Amino acid sequence: MYTFSNKLKTFSIILMVLGLLGVGYGFMTSHKSFEEVETMLAGETSHGGGHGEAAESHESVAHDEHAAEASHDMDAHGASAEVHADEHAKHVEHVQHQIANRPWSALYVAAFFFMMIALGVLAFYAVQWAAQAGWSPVLFRVMEGITAYLLPGALIVLAIAVASGTSWLGGHYNLFVWMDPEVVAHDELIKGKSGFLNMTGFIIRGLIFIAGWSLYRYYSRKFSIAQDSADNNQNFKKTFRISAAFLVFYIYTESMMSWDWIMSVDPHWFSTLFGWYVFASMFVSGITVIAMFTIYLKSRGYLEFVNDSHLHDLAKFMFAISIFWTYLWFSQFMLIWYSNIPEEVTYFVTRFADYKLPFLGMVVMNFVFPLLVLMNSDYKRIPWFVVMAGIVILAGHYIDVFNMIMPATVGDRWFIGIPELSSICLFAGLFIFITFTALTKAPLLAKGNPFIKESEHFHY
Amino acid sequence: MEASKVIHAIYTDDDVLMAAVKRVRAEKHHIEEIYTPFPVHGLDKAMGLAPTRIAITSFMYGCVGLTVAIVMMNYIMIQDWPQNIGGKPSFSYIENMPAFVPIMFELTVFFAAHLMVITFYLRSRMWPFKKAENPDVRTTDDHFLMEIAIHGNEKELTTLLEETGAVEVNIIDKAH
Repeated sequence: MYTFSNKLKTFSIILMVLGLLGVGYGFMTSHKSFEEVETMLAGETSHGGGHGEAAESHESVAHDEHAAEASHDMDAHGASAEVHADEHAKHVEHVQHQIANRPWSALYVAAFFFMMIALGVLAFYAVQWAAQAGWSPVLFRVMEGITAYLLPGALIVLAIAVASGTSWLGGHYNLFVWMDPEVVAHDELIKGKSGFLNMTGFIIRGLIFIAGWSLYRYYSRKFSIAQDSADNNQNFKKTFRISAAFLVFYIYTESMMSWDWIMSVDPHWFSTLFGWYVFASMFVSGITVIAMFTIYLKSRGYLEFVNDSHLHDLAKFMFAISIFWTYLWFSQFMLIWYSNIPEEVTYFVTRFADYKLPFLGMVVMNFVFPLLVLMNSDYKRIPWFVVMAGIVILAGHYIDVFNMIMPATVGDRWFIGIPELSSICLFAGLFIFITFTALTKAPLLAKGNPFIKESEHFHY
Repeated sequence: MEASKVIHAIYTDDDVLMAAVKRVRAEKHHIEEIYTPFPVHGLDKAMGLAPTRIAITSFMYGCVGLTVAIVMMNYIMIQDWPQNIGGKPSFSYIENMPAFVPIMFELTVFFAAHLMVITFYLRSRMWPFKKAENPDVRTTDDHFLMEIAIHGNEKELTTLLEETGAVEVNIIDKAH
């Protein structure tokens, strides 16, 4: 049995408290008045050109929420002072809204990132069962511990999404513009999609996804623990069946979840392989976290049955799925770049204009670094090497989620500062607290599993 | 060169062979060669063979392939005749790079795979019309053969090999 070390528990609580304080600070400082934003913008442009220039450069960048109103800027230059003043007010309001969106987006990105780790681990776990893998049963309890975060984590993500789109919960359509009836009324494109993109549907779908994932998690865990003291393989067979069924359910719901929870921040944009792309991101982060938890628990002496061949296999998965992620990332990017259809390419134009460093930096962190570091077979067995690669991969996939959400909500007003870092701290603390608490609930060796002997003697 | 004599010990089971290899190595005899009909897992470790470096060569060949692709596409598409083809930006390599990635990828794989295979053939001396070096035809079917050079310790070796479970121990004069 694992005992949650007091040091780690205190550490996770400190993370949560610091995170909460920072998130609170982020919300307190993000509500700027019209005048404040106006002075701020004047300060920014005083050494550049005048207002008109700044306004123009802002309008030329495609912000989805304003695309409906964007038609007005054609004659902005030659128009009268009245129109100019109107332009100016719109621009200031736009920036004001972006600044107000930032703490919401920071919270949402971090919440989604940690939820996605738990969901990726759950998918990996189901694959191991369905494939009847002989190497991984010694790691099942670690995976089950990590997936304990899924239910609270996914509910938090859904709650943030809904709260951001309902004025009575404090939000003001801060993440999803299609939640704003004002925007939908003036936007034919979003109106056409409102059969799918509406609040009721969003909540119901979200609850169905979460319920399905959590049910699988609950029953697989229950059967797995029941198998420890069983004298036949009944529980094993049941888990095998529900894992196969779950994988079917998962691949549908994961795809729809990615449209709902991520792609719909840009309701004018669509991509067919987006669901797979998000899947690859969550799968590789999940596997990385399994490897890091395993290394941590082994270093504390709780997993003496795990040897470096298990680590080698996990690192191979980290390596391979990193490349798979890159394949999907590039396929999505290259197809859109190549055909250059305006309605699709704005997505990457904004990212290239305003997010050059995170957008390209993430490819280095998620592809080049793991490719070179984890290629050598000997390095995959060295714990500190795997941990180092894992930290870079996780940071890279945080930035991946950041790149998916932020350009649509805060545009060029992004920065990785207090709101972002403290949101990460908050959810990292919660993640550590919940997962390690779950690890104390059952023995770390699933001893009833029929493959456990093979797994204990696994060597590669 | 001395006119060498070798001893051939023939086994019918890979587990027995593995045990024999360990025993012979423990007695400090040098094993010249082992012939098996299929890969015996762990035999190379038991024999103390050095690990292969073929993966390293493959990595280097892959780098060569990547370089060839970049230099070729840069010369053809950017330097030699930078045409406007469907509005693709042929001003610099990096601007049009996404279009070249499929070629870069395939050539990397092509070079890494093919040159590694050729390296393997050269290094293990395999080519068409090569004379087979098989001391006993049964080793391609169901027998395992261990070859040890004799340096005046014929008796001792024979008893040792018979103890390890060899079904046949033959002394062969290797005419050079």
